[in-house]
Amino acid sequence: MTPTIGVLALQGDFAAHATALEAAGARGVECRTAAEVARVDGLVIPGGESTTLLRLLAGSGIEQAVRDLLGRGGAVFGTCAGAILLAREVAAPAQSSWGLLDIAVERNAYGRQVESFEGAVPGGRFGPEPLPVVFIRAPRIRRVGTDVETLLALEGEPILVRQGRVLAGTFHPELAADRRVHRAFVELTARKGAAAEARRP
Amino acid sequence: MEPKTGTLRLKTGLAEMLKGGVIMDVVSAEQARIAEEAGATAVMALERVPADIRAHGGVARMAGVSKIREIQEAVSIPVMAKVRIGHFAEAQMLETMGVDFIDESEVLTPADEQFHVDKFAFKVPFVCGARDLGEALRRIGEGAAMIRTKGEAGTGNVVEAVRHMRLLTSSIRRLTTLRAEELMTEAKSLGAPYELVRWVAENGKLPVPNFAAGGIATPADASLMMQLGAEGVFVGSGIYKSADPARRAAAVVRATTHFRDAKVLVEVSADLGEPMVGMEIDRKKEETLLQTRGW
Repeated sequence: MTPTIGVLALQGDFAAHATALEAAGARGVECRTAAEVARVDGLVIPGGESTTLLRLLAGSGIEQAVRDLLGRGGAVFGTCAGAILLAREVAAPAQSSWGLLDIAVERNAYGRQVESFEGAVPGGRFGPEPLPVVFIRAPRIRRVGTDVETLLALEGEPILVRQGRVLAGTFHPELAADRRVHRAFVELTARKGAAAEARRP
Repeated sequence: MEPKTGTLRLKTGLAEMLKGGVIMDVVSAEQARIAEEAGATAVMALERVPADIRAHGGVARMAGVSKIREIQEAVSIPVMAKVRIGHFAEAQMLETMGVDFIDESEVLTPADEQFHVDKFAFKVPFVCGARDLGEALRRIGEGAAMIRTKGEAGTGNVVEAVRHMRLLTSSIRRLTTLRAEELMTEAKSLGAPYELVRWVAENGKLPVPNFAAGGIATPADASLMMQLGAEGVFVGSGIYKSADPARRAAAVVRATTHFRDAKVLVEVSADLGEPMVGMEIDRKKEETLLQTRGW
């Protein structure tokens, strides 16, 4: 069955994610309210400005809806600002976050926009082909917890990590044409239920 | 890995990240902090807001170096700044200072009456104003990574932004109905690069994000522009010329996100205080218009 995956559309590159999800075999829908999040099997939290997201999330009930989504076996994928929101600790400057993923991130850690960069990293478990990576005013993951698995790295530093049904990346797979990362998230979402239960503490 | 910087993907990529958001004009670090706190996705560093440029006249230039630095220090969101049309030396300064996005803007006094900046020569992305599809595609042809309507800045009157957005989107829709052999003639009459005309005809949208600017003063104005097809909003004088800037800024941010939800509009518009005093625009008085600067 085709999973329905929401893209949190409060602010950011939600349109690019919706296109990528459709290409990866899911039904992509925009979510702006907690009620909309309650209707999806998985949720992407896109890139954008994390301070703006926090402001728009306050009092929306969306954080609880995301916790409920994970509770019923759904999956969540945050990119860039989305990864910052999911992290346990945020620095530069410190700001509140959901703590759904045991990592520490530093915001804008590669510098300003003129330092934004793209390239390709070894595909690792995504296959032999190099995987294109686009970093835009990106954060860096400074610490990963023991339950967090590193799926992709750039010069030894984690850039795509997973803990249970929570996936997070500091780059933007939605801005490249390669759909392997989105396909992996669609598969993670589709494997609903048993795996999630086994992983819960 | 051999990292590449300054690519078109990275430039339009940052514009993608700003979508659904509000970019606010600020003239000080304090205003920048208020804007960030209110949920702005970026701030635009300026010496004076457009309403004051209009009122005081004189040559309007890029903001001063120390002002831009003070604003960069104050916030963690992207900092944009304006340069005069064609003033590539001002743009070189902004790039060197690490400004995240440059607005080659008709709000400032043009430095060149014939030529816009070659935006491909820069690593930093540019946004440019446009009144119609031809102008938008000329700027994209020069390397702009984002387009905004010109509207009529500093008036608090949204009518020109509406005119420009409607003209742009209806021209795009029309292009998608043309046959292949009609596109070259269309490129000629638009005064736009053929390859871009063909891209728009095939995809039914601009190849870069398309925002609204110029006269947006209320949450309802922001919602109107978003419903007309804008992918985000620039607010200038509308915030700091109103009675309660922090509150109005936050209200415009929510209205831009929930632009189709009139209930949210009503909720955020209650007890907002006075908006900026708007002004009528006399299109016959061309010397009073900012939108006719550039081509």
